[in-house]
Amino acid sequence: MNFRIPILKLRDTLIVSIQWELDDQTAIQFQEDLLNKLHETSARGVVIDLTSVDFIDSFIAKVLGDVISMSSLMGARVVITGIQPAVAITLIELGIRLEDVMTALDLENGLDKLQLELEA
Amino acid sequence: MSNQSSVEILTEWDIVAARQLGRNVAKELGFGTVDQARITTAISELARNIYLYAGQGRIEIQQLMENGIKGILIIAADQGPGIPDIRKVMEDGFSTSGGLGAGLPGVKRLMDEFKIETIPGEGTDIRATKWLR
Repeated sequence: MNFRIPILKLRDTLIVSIQWELDDQTAIQFQEDLLNKLHETSARGVVIDLTSVDFIDSFIAKVLGDVISMSSLMGARVVITGIQPAVAITLIELGIRLEDVMTALDLENGLDKLQLELEA
Repeated sequence: MSNQSSVEILTEWDIVAARQLGRNVAKELGFGTVDQARITTAISELARNIYLYAGQGRIEIQQLMENGIKGILIIAADQGPGIPDIRKVMEDGFSTSGGLGAGLPGVKRLMDEFKIETIPGEGTDIRATKWLR
């Protein structure tokens, strides 16, 4: 029942693509797995791709926001990519502001943005 | 016309079951992707409230037809502690659970109609409707 979201490493970046509907346990497990992977690999950037995610509720938004802050504490930058129009609309209507979060239209743009950020 | 189905909310997994049921009904009724996301998110928030505050309860999904317009009604009912100060929970940013505080005002914005009845010590009944335009 409880499965884990794969985290890939590409040079100094971790890449995560969330492909399934996130339940609470999987989201919390992901938070822990990502931080452990950062620690193991000394990656400096993370791209979380949400292209296949068709809704985000306040709990998932909180987990995402937290994992971004936690990664930042460990010295890594996170870019969120591929937020669907329906997800952007519902998040704002719901009253959730993911402030100070780097975002990009898709994975490619996200990697570019991260590279610029890490070189700066 | 009223066609209903429901999910008992006892564990975190039931939150997933409730929103999947809602999404399927919304899709069947012909709601577009944005409304499907609104409905799914609203159900998720309401189901989580039941799980967090009441411990257990029920999410009921009804298909509506009024004056030739189709709609979906979400009923979130529990026999929990009730809400002592409704005005306060309907304020943006109010949360007693350390969440993001999106809660009920957010659900109200996502849906077209929103009604809440609560009796302290007896429970809460929330009804939210979305019409297909």
